[in-house]
Amino acid sequence: MRIIESCQIADTVAKLCVQANVCVNEDILSALETARAREKTPLAHSALDMLLKNADIAARENLPVCQDTGMAVVFVTVGADVHINGNIDKAINDGVRRGYREGYCRNSVVIDPVRRVNTGDNTPAVIYYDFAPGCSLRITVAPKGFGSENMSAVRMLNPSDGLAGAEDFIVETIRIADAKPCPPIIAGIGIGGTMEKAALMSKQALLLDVDHINPDPFWAGVENRLLERINTLGIGATGYGGIATALGVNILTYPTHIAGLPVAVNIGCHANRHRTAVL
Amino acid sequence: MKQITTPLSNKVIRDLKAGEQIILSGTIYTGRDAAHKRIAELLDRGNPLPFDFQGQAIYYAGPCPAPPGKIIGSAGPTTSSRMDEYTPRLIQKGLRVMIGKGLRNSAVIDAIRQYTGVYLTAVGGAGAFYSKCVESSEIVAFDELGAEAVFKLTVRDMPLVVSIDCKGDSIYELRERIVEETL
Repeated sequence: MRIIESCQIADTVAKLCVQANVCVNEDILSALETARAREKTPLAHSALDMLLKNADIAARENLPVCQDTGMAVVFVTVGADVHINGNIDKAINDGVRRGYREGYCRNSVVIDPVRRVNTGDNTPAVIYYDFAPGCSLRITVAPKGFGSENMSAVRMLNPSDGLAGAEDFIVETIRIADAKPCPPIIAGIGIGGTMEKAALMSKQALLLDVDHINPDPFWAGVENRLLERINTLGIGATGYGGIATALGVNILTYPTHIAGLPVAVNIGCHANRHRTAVL
Repeated sequence: MKQITTPLSNKVIRDLKAGEQIILSGTIYTGRDAAHKRIAELLDRGNPLPFDFQGQAIYYAGPCPAPPGKIIGSAGPTTSSRMDEYTPRLIQKGLRVMIGKGLRNSAVIDAIRQYTGVYLTAVGGAGAFYSKCVESSEIVAFDELGAEAVFKLTVRDMPLVVSIDCKGDSIYELRERIVEETL
């Protein structure tokens, strides 16, 4: 049994909030560079150039890459041999509060979805827990901006819609999103399970590296085909027209019911922010 | 690239063409969801507005707080279409320039055409970059809304794209041809 103090969790979450908002991950930076090298339309090319300059300015000057520093989505994997001293929910929210303040991030959370009063400290986070063998604690902070979140969608297809129906729904969701989610986007796809399982998988798919290849060759082929279809939509970076509408497509799947084919699309913006630490 | 300074005259606006890159300097006001709702409520009640937007430019943005020694935090554009419900009315009241990201609806395009307005776009997600274009920042209305307050910004050399011009031509229609021609 290993004991982890909740204050350690708060410190880690605070640090991850700042890092995720300020530093664009390497996999995204190289995908943006590749996209810039390939993009021929002048406006989209200069938009990609600006996104790379922006990432550089943010890292050098310790500024959030985007003013929408998002709602903090926190994934925690607790080792079975870990005991946490104190209240983990509270520790995570304390970490978010501190990280957002110390990182000069924007407070973007309202206490009630209809009455809309800002909580003033970007809490509460959206927290997911799962468990694994061992004695470590893994924390991922994924600040999610709502330019991209608003354009995400889940649909309960019929089994008869099949792969073609699922692919059409995914491409159509991204076509409708157009320039709103700050393309080039990353498409996180969840297929199977139940409605909420598909939605959660679509978010978890955004935590994979952008160039991650599905270990199942069937789904790897679907990822490739979807990426090609999305990049022929012509939306391009910032919606200025071009070939780089998406940097990557990642699919997670789960067994489902004989009557259903749930499909969820979570759109990640060009920065697809997330940072992980293991305690 | 064309350098233009706010407030924009009708002549300057008429010379802007969809798809054109420009460099903007001068005064712009931020305003996003909550500020638009407040402005609409003031107009409904016939109350005076907290700032005069006759001939002015509004930037759909809610900046991050300014770190010590900086004028403003990250300050990129937000999705413009959420303001579509309010925009035609603001254009009727004198607003001329909108700066944001993404498509607008047909009511906004009609108002832009009717009142000689223009819709400019910034690169979504480039908030750190745009913060460097801001030379001064002060809150002029709805302080209690925090990041959603109206900030009066002085900007210098802000690179933008004309996305809907005063004829109603839109980059989102033109781009199909641009992509075909380039590829």
